[in-house]
Amino acid sequence: MAEELQELLASYSASRRFLLRILQTVQQKMGYISEEAMVEVAHHLDISPVEVYGVATFYNQFRFIPYGKHHIVACLGTACHAMGGQLILDGFERELEIKAGGITPNHEWSLDRVGCIGCCTKAPVVVVNDIIHPKMTPFRVEEVLAGLGLEKGKGEEEVEAGEGESQ
Amino acid sequence: MYLKGPDELERLRKQVIEGKKAEEGQKRVVLCTGTGCRGAGALEVSEAFQKELDRSSDIELKRTCCHGFCERGPITVIEPMGVFYQMVSPEQVSQIIAETVKKGEVIEDLLYKDPKTGENIRYEKDIPFYMRQMRLVFGHNRLIDPTRIEDYLATGGYKALTKALFGMSPEQIIEEVKRSGLRGRGGGGFPAGRKWENCRRAGADVKYVICNCDEGDPGAYMDRSLMEGNPHRVLEGMIIGAYAIGASEGYVYVRNEYPLAVQNVGIAIKQAEKMGLLGENILGSGFKFTISINRGGGAFVAGESTALMASIEGQVAEPRAKHIHTVESGLWERPTNLNNVETWANVPVIIERGADSYSNIGTEGSKGTKIFSLVGKINNTGLIEVPMGMTLREIVHDIGGGIPGGKKFKAVQTGGPSGGCIPEALMELPVDFDELTKAGSMMGSGGMIVMDESTCMVDVAKYFTNFLRDESCGKCTSCREGTLRMYEVLDDITKGKGREGDIELLEELGWVTAEASLCGLGQTAPNPVLSTIHYFRDEYEAHIRDKKCPAGVCRDLITYDIDTELCIACGKCKKECPVEAITGEKKVPHEIDQDKCIRCGTCMEVCPEDAVKVQ
Ligand SMILES: Cc1cc2nc3c(=O)[nH]c(=O)nc-3n(C[C@H](O)[C@H](O)[C@H](O)COP(=O)(O)O)c2cc1C
Ligand code: FES
Repeated sequence: MAEELQELLASYSASRRFLLRILQTVQQKMGYISEEAMVEVAHHLDISPVEVYGVATFYNQFRFIPYGKHHIVACLGTACHAMGGQLILDGFERELEIKAGGITPNHEWSLDRVGCIGCCTKAPVVVVNDIIHPKMTPFRVEEVLAGLGLEKGKGEEEVEAGEGESQ
Repeated sequence: MYLKGPDELERLRKQVIEGKKAEEGQKRVVLCTGTGCRGAGALEVSEAFQKELDRSSDIELKRTCCHGFCERGPITVIEPMGVFYQMVSPEQVSQIIAETVKKGEVIEDLLYKDPKTGENIRYEKDIPFYMRQMRLVFGHNRLIDPTRIEDYLATGGYKALTKALFGMSPEQIIEEVKRSGLRGRGGGGFPAGRKWENCRRAGADVKYVICNCDEGDPGAYMDRSLMEGNPHRVLEGMIIGAYAIGASEGYVYVRNEYPLAVQNVGIAIKQAEKMGLLGENILGSGFKFTISINRGGGAFVAGESTALMASIEGQVAEPRAKHIHTVESGLWERPTNLNNVETWANVPVIIERGADSYSNIGTEGSKGTKIFSLVGKINNTGLIEVPMGMTLREIVHDIGGGIPGGKKFKAVQTGGPSGGCIPEALMELPVDFDELTKAGSMMGSGGMIVMDESTCMVDVAKYFTNFLRDESCGKCTSCREGTLRMYEVLDDITKGKGREGDIELLEELGWVTAEASLCGLGQTAPNPVLSTIHYFRDEYEAHIRDKKCPAGVCRDLITYDIDTELCIACGKCKKECPVEAITGEKKVPHEIDQDKCIRCGTCMEVCPEDAVKVQ
């Protein structure tokens, strides 16, 4: 990973104006912005790490924890809110037992919220692994999760299996 | 092919158009693959068409972006007949080709049914949703595959650029834009020509122009659809503007969530460079102009002009005070002219038609058309373009087709998060910049969220205030704390903890936040609260005094109940309830345990008899 990062940084000249673009590329490549990456970026641009941290945390786009295997984004833009988007997000939070912005202990599922993905006519929408699910209902939350293999009550076993793998 | 002059451009255009003429009457499938239709499966439909059409190469598949009627996506139009099919699925593709494309027979099941008359409508041009619009800026989307510059040339693309570069002086162009009455479409409604003039006058060796495609307003997506569907139109506007102002570099700042827009405008820039429409010596005129793309980072406030410039510089997107205007000192402290996507897209129309013809459209103070995104509780959701001054009633009822499910209309929210809610009583309001402001709302970027009787106005105000609280950059105390306090008071009210005097407190907080904040975010942040208090005070009072939510939305103030008369004891709700709050045996009407109930609404949704009621 460190090598990949160095390679990526080498493709940008050391100018402050590229900070956002570099962070975007890092996130795209690695899935999130690690502390180590922020320090390296700061070094490359010859600015202090806290400046990088300041910019990275200012913009909503950047994540500081990795994605789960399945990444779910619930839209809470105006149209989706008006059409009951909160109930959908609540549904995912309840079923996955995590809050928006979180990840399950087995790293299988991560959940986020977003303000409008521009599919407002299909509100409320969620994006699951980059696929848009239009006109969601609370009932379909379970369906969507079951379709990806979430089995109720099995969560704990999976956690153990997941931890085993990572050791 | 590199074009050395305007003659070569015209020759190429002639070639393209003649090529198209030769194809006239040719069978063509026009399929929308914009983001909206993609959400409904347009890419799968496209694949199915491609597979089928491989075998018969005389039929062309044209993949366009947004036509506007996203509600009905994926949208397919069969040319040359102009038959309009809605909600097409991959399974129907072979039938469409065999029957409609090849034999000219119409498949009734795929037609759009007018909800008012109950009749099937065959042709795109006869659909009421389209009929009352005026698609000056947005209309070409359906003729254009955004990855092909030839398609844009065939619609007269880059004609305005030639006219500007070779037939007009920069001052003349600015005069024309001023006379057209074009006002910025990004929110403020500032006269575009005046901004250009000020920037032209600012003395400096380097100047910039910027296209604002940050579109942070959740619920609006016209900028995205223009950028995705007709990027050359925006580029042409920018090149003309840059020539008039004397700028040599341009930036397009695109919202992070819009990957397709980034892709398509990227392709368009490359094509324009290759043809000599961008870069050194554009069309042999000696004018040099380049454009690069920046991706936003997903911060609402970054759409504000000074914050956006900070963001391009790689800084935190905080607005700054504008006692020195950006047209004098903007990006990297150089004179910078920033306009919204739709504003830029209007420029070629103005130059080509002339200011007189353009300013015939619209109202006294707002000229031309405006694209609105019509979403929420309305039958025909989608993007519409109408002349300024059309009444809300025409927009909601005639184009939007009214409210679904026989429910009653309550309000339209316009102007984005810091806009306001306009009630039924003002349905005859002619929609333009000034009238919306007078009604306590604003134009904003053109989002229109329709609300019916099942929308709680306190909840709406809370939603927007929370959004603004979240997105406030925190630089001004009044904005940072004001939005937070308003949110806390609203949150209490929706939870049944409202107190007498809360409404007055909100009004006072709103006043301070608006008066003491630096940028548009804080200055307009109280709008959602103040406009809902103004028009829907009784709803606030019901929450505060009676601890009731009349619309049945605020979860702490409602209960779900099963109507024992209607319940057929089918057991569906019991099975689906996520917290097992429902009890009941076969043939015995079911019951909800209010202590367990989390008010998720699932039972209401799955009940086949509509026996679940909310109070
Ligand atoms: C908080 C805030 C957010 C804004 N977001 C946008 C936006 O997303 N897109 C946009 O075009 N203008 C936005 N604006 C307005 C811009 O500051 C600016 O006025 C506009 O882009 C100028 O272009 P115009 O004159 O062509 O309208 C925003 C303003 C504020 C205060
Ligand atoms: S509000 Fe959810 S897609 Fe626009």
